[in-house]
Amino acid sequence: MNNEQAAQWMRQTAEKLVEHKDELSKLDQFVGDGDHGVNMERGFRAVVENLDDWKDLSLSQLMQKIGSALVSNVGGAAGPLYGTAFMRLGTAWTDVDQVDGPAWMSGMAKAVEGIAQRGKAQAGDGTLLDVWSPVAAILDENEPDWKKIEDAAQTGMEETESMVVKKGRGALLGEKSVGHLDPGAVSSFYLFQALAKTMDEGEG
Amino acid sequence: MKKLMNDPEQIVSAFLDGLVAANDTLIDRLEGTDVIVRRSLTPQKVGLVSGGGSGHEPAHAGYVGKGMLDAAVAGEVFTSPGADQFFAAIQAVDQGEGVLLLIKNYNGDVMNGEMAQEMAEAEGIKTEMVIINDDVAVNDSEQRRGIAGTVLVQKITGAFAETGASLSDVKRVAEKAVSRIRSMSVALKPCTLPAVAQPSFDLSEDEMEVGIGIHGERGMERRDVATSEKTAQLLLKSILKEIPEEAPLALLINGMGSTSLMEQHVFANDVMKQLNRDIQHTFVGDYMTSLDMAGVSLTLLALDEELSKYLEAPVHTVQWTQY
Repeated sequence: MNNEQAAQWMRQTAEKLVEHKDELSKLDQFVGDGDHGVNMERGFRAVVENLDDWKDLSLSQLMQKIGSALVSNVGGAAGPLYGTAFMRLGTAWTDVDQVDGPAWMSGMAKAVEGIAQRGKAQAGDGTLLDVWSPVAAILDENEPDWKKIEDAAQTGMEETESMVVKKGRGALLGEKSVGHLDPGAVSSFYLFQALAKTMDEGEG
Repeated sequence: MKKLMNDPEQIVSAFLDGLVAANDTLIDRLEGTDVIVRRSLTPQKVGLVSGGGSGHEPAHAGYVGKGMLDAAVAGEVFTSPGADQFFAAIQAVDQGEGVLLLIKNYNGDVMNGEMAQEMAEAEGIKTEMVIINDDVAVNDSEQRRGIAGTVLVQKITGAFAETGASLSDVKRVAEKAVSRIRSMSVALKPCTLPAVAQPSFDLSEDEMEVGIGIHGERGMERRDVATSEKTAQLLLKSILKEIPEEAPLALLINGMGSTSLMEQHVFANDVMKQLNRDIQHTFVGDYMTSLDMAGVSLTLLALDEELSKYLEAPVHTVQWTQY
């Protein structure tokens, strides 16, 4: 992935978030306060609006900028979690012009570690980490298989439905949280679906 | 949904401009941010910053002023402000004595506050954070939310900070207040978010939701709607379990946004009749709302000499002024 593809990834993600804004908010009405769609759409719109100004940045700087913009514009809990993930990608890719297999592997490992630290959460807590973590886990030194990544993200997202949520406002529901998809896991799935689409088109 | 507004996405900004315009001798808006700051800071004082999602007016911007907060950070409705906003507030109020963040216990607020502390540390600004979690509706103490009791903690901590105490001492007093304050709420009607345009949960005419937070999130339990007397009994039962038996009390009856003052005082009367304790201070009104939710929260603070002294101390803010 180069800077232009990363920008395309952000545009594709923003489009998906607009498309699914109401669905995300509706999911959040059960476990939170019903504004996840609104917050994510606002955050990624802010990212997309800045992409032209960022087109000459290194990939590492671009990821840092995306992370900061998400912290500032998503707000809530999703802002620092998504923001930290992108900032960690930026840190991991300091000397990288073009992200290849090994860079994806190290970058995603750092991103997952960042989300876990920031949210004091682990995989299985019924959060967005249950999408990020399995995606990171299937990466190896080879160029990523984007179809597999999308599938892993989807499976991870679907598994949050059967989990007792342990972090965030959903945790207040205890057992009652079972049977509901985690909104952050769903928005993360769209993020990786957009990544897969971007990279497939790039190769096609 | 009917609301007096323009663009729902700009509602917070428009609110802040209105608040500053109406109170421009007291407060100002930090340029390019959603941070409300005191017009003039007390020199050489530890800075006190609070904040969180909007929709809880008058909290927190209404409590910015001498004897209470130095800055309040306003997020989108029910959404924590970003770390950069908290950091801007910290920078604006730091006078070299350090800054205390008073944060309600919600993951987003805590995470953004922590990120802001990291940014401040990189700039050489000392910070501490005290997390407020007065809501006894939640059993798990780690998950307990910060609700209306927050305002009394801010009042006491703010008055104490005015004495020129050190950051660690200000933190100590805030932590003591937090350890002795407990609250619980009940909703009769849900609230409606400006940008979502539908009620945050469904509640029929003959039901009430017990143990709600302040974000239109669902409560712990749904019951048939009860009289004010029975509701007082229900909330007191949970709260009193955690309040020391001998201590004199401060009592806060807080309206959630669209509960009339008549109802709030009916409820206050029932609470005071049933309490049968030494109540030294009683506050009734809309202190920490949840947009247009109907309902009340009940807060008890177990006082000691120090907490009483600073609860009684002078304060001059938009919403709370006493001499």
